[in-house]
Amino acid sequence: MLEAQGIHKSYGLTKALINVSLQICPGEVLAIAGENGSGKSTLMRILSGEETQDEGQLMLDEHAYHPKNPQEALSRGVSLVHQELALCPHMTVAENIYLGQMGKGGFSPKEAEKLARPILESLGYQDLDPAKLVRDLSISLQQVVEIARTQAINSQYVLLDEPTSSLTKSDIRNLFDLIKRLKSQGKAIVYISHFLDELREIADRIAILRDGELIHQGLMSSVSESEIIHHMVGRDMTELFPRSERHVGIALLEVDHLTGANRKPNNSTFKLHRGEVCGIAGLNGAGRTELLRSIFSLNEVQSGKIQVGSSSPTSIRNAWQLGAGFVSEDRKEEGLALSMSIAENLTFPGRKGWKFSTSKNEKVAQEFSTKLRVKARTVQQNISELSGGNQQKVAIARLLHSGCEVLILDEPTRGIDIGSKAEIYELIDGLAKDGKAVLIVSSYLPELLGICDRIAVMSRGVLSEFVPVAETSQEKLMELCVTS
Amino acid sequence: MKAKGVIGVFIAWVLIYVIFMFLIWHFKPSQEPFLNPGNLELMMRQGVIVGLGAIGMSYVIMTGGIDLSPGSTIALTTVVVALVLKATNNPILGIGVSVLVGLIAGLINGILVAKLKVGPFIVTLASMLIFRGAAKGFANEQTVGSVPDTWLQVFTASLAKSERWQLIPKGAWVWVILLILMTVILHRTVFGRNVVAIGSNEKTARLCGINVNAVKIGVYAICGVFAGIAGLMQVSRVQIGDPTIAAGDELKMIAAVVIGGGSLLGGEGNLIGAAIGTLIMTTINMGSTQLGISNWIQEIVTGLIIVVAVALDRYRMTRPAKIASA
Repeated sequence: MLEAQGIHKSYGLTKALINVSLQICPGEVLAIAGENGSGKSTLMRILSGEETQDEGQLMLDEHAYHPKNPQEALSRGVSLVHQELALCPHMTVAENIYLGQMGKGGFSPKEAEKLARPILESLGYQDLDPAKLVRDLSISLQQVVEIARTQAINSQYVLLDEPTSSLTKSDIRNLFDLIKRLKSQGKAIVYISHFLDELREIADRIAILRDGELIHQGLMSSVSESEIIHHMVGRDMTELFPRSERHVGIALLEVDHLTGANRKPNNSTFKLHRGEVCGIAGLNGAGRTELLRSIFSLNEVQSGKIQVGSSSPTSIRNAWQLGAGFVSEDRKEEGLALSMSIAENLTFPGRKGWKFSTSKNEKVAQEFSTKLRVKARTVQQNISELSGGNQQKVAIARLLHSGCEVLILDEPTRGIDIGSKAEIYELIDGLAKDGKAVLIVSSYLPELLGICDRIAVMSRGVLSEFVPVAETSQEKLMELCVTS
Repeated sequence: MKAKGVIGVFIAWVLIYVIFMFLIWHFKPSQEPFLNPGNLELMMRQGVIVGLGAIGMSYVIMTGGIDLSPGSTIALTTVVVALVLKATNNPILGIGVSVLVGLIAGLINGILVAKLKVGPFIVTLASMLIFRGAAKGFANEQTVGSVPDTWLQVFTASLAKSERWQLIPKGAWVWVILLILMTVILHRTVFGRNVVAIGSNEKTARLCGINVNAVKIGVYAICGVFAGIAGLMQVSRVQIGDPTIAAGDELKMIAAVVIGGGSLLGGEGNLIGAAIGTLIMTTINMGSTQLGISNWIQEIVTGLIIVVAVALDRYRMTRPAKIASA
């Protein structure tokens, strides 16, 4: 058993963990839930030797356990699999599994492959060729390689940090099978995720952190979803989706028989009106993102017409000028310039003329940052220092600063904590009330049902009719997602 | 944070200067002390060519690009300017031609980088060879000599006694003024901020409607123009058009940018830092010469300075990040 007793950890004045005690038992899956910044990752880093606690004890099988670095934790059988996979794409599966473990002296690829085979087999992946290059594997198989690495050194404790954030539904199924297999072999698994339905399915016990404190620990079967949310955010689920009175006006965005590359989207037609929030559901790869990107000239348009207000955008710049704005699903890679300040990031599209004044720019950025309740010391702060939720608020504030009437949001709440999600839902509702038009793509159906007026489903590039939210349900939408 | 970076480089330069002062005082007591107006003037005169080029190079590197062609552009400019001066004896035309040659070279680079999307390293590696070849072709593979005397020479001429109040040669003043101008453009214009934005995250810049291709063509054009002006200074200094000159100067410019705190990944760096970086290299060069230290030692020292500069910069960057990750 891996046990934490009264762990404290501070970074400067910030208390990341306050008196956290936790048991992780062999043969079980322990879910750790909590908002971003609640201390989950810090706890994982301490358990895996990447950080050291300020106070408190760690015990491993009744012995003191104080790993000074990840190598020591690994040698004691505790492995952490990060959200961002740490693999060498140009090397083979076997080489990756045995990276750093092949001892000194010669290295034989054949040997590594021979050793890797039974490990992959034990995980249920006998068909995965250990001689294959990792870069040729899908993300989900790359994750399998990373988990196989923990088993190559026979780790008893496998810590998975948000393993499903970039997986599709069927990949998640496979991952769960793998986790169950590990569990039946007597391994202990710690599973961190924002997706509560996943936690419910895979976990035996749940530990909930809020602001560095352990709020709740117990059997998964004995807590309801709304109780979990209540523990995480300290407020109830029903407050999550506000709905003011919205007045639907003229069409602000008209998409007419739009077809993009690879028939994603395939001949899509719809209108988005003033004062309306429209959602698009669908599976990953169905072409939802491609539809939004084609509307915004980010992807090639093969045929069809797009009209923002009364004219058709000719370029990305022109789309902004016509009053359309886009929030990317990939906040880190595309959404934000991470090495620049909040103020700079906020005003990229909305700058007029050729002159630039840092102080004026910061003043206006401060105004929008306050309006959207961005938690930051100053707007001069580097945006990489903010939490995901606050980063996303800046990405959306950019649209407001630029004066957008049509807001195109691709997965705006992906990977952010529930508190920030609630604030973004409130913001979207406020925008609709003010007569803006919002088009939103999301993989999280409760969210679409909660904030949208009309919802359509995208399946293999084909967009369904938009139906009023009252006439649909999670089950009906899911059915449309998986049939074509 | 940016100002702190410049101060760091400045302190490094002062330290290096003081070390040479000591060494010369200790080993060459008969010589004039290292800190004297003549040496400051010499340093500026030696630094001006790489220094001007480093301004343009900073812009390119700020976008995450690289330009390997300025050395060749300088050579091409010296040849063309020398030919024009010989034909017309018109220094104004000489200045105009130097800017024009640089602009054309830069636009060629920029358009190829923006449109071909093969990466600036390859594009400018090719143009480095092409411009060098063109310079040799125009010059019939020999230096273009007997350039008529014109007032262009005053740019790099030693200051006469009566001109001592000007502190540094006129060409160095051109350098200082352009340095200030380009710094203001970088910080106070939307174009300048777009340069930094593209280097920080090109995808974000595109998403936000910044015309990425136009900005890229712009920075390579700027780099070309500054190489052209550097070429003009070269002609002013030696009075010939030399198609083989300035080979490797592009690497000195890149080194200056890096010593000055620029990152080859783009998004950061500053022109003042790059200028001081140039002066650091010039100081080592001048000091070593006056000490009688061989060239090979100078090169090793300059190399070590680059390594130390980058290592210090890394250290500076990683420390605040650790605190922030809490």
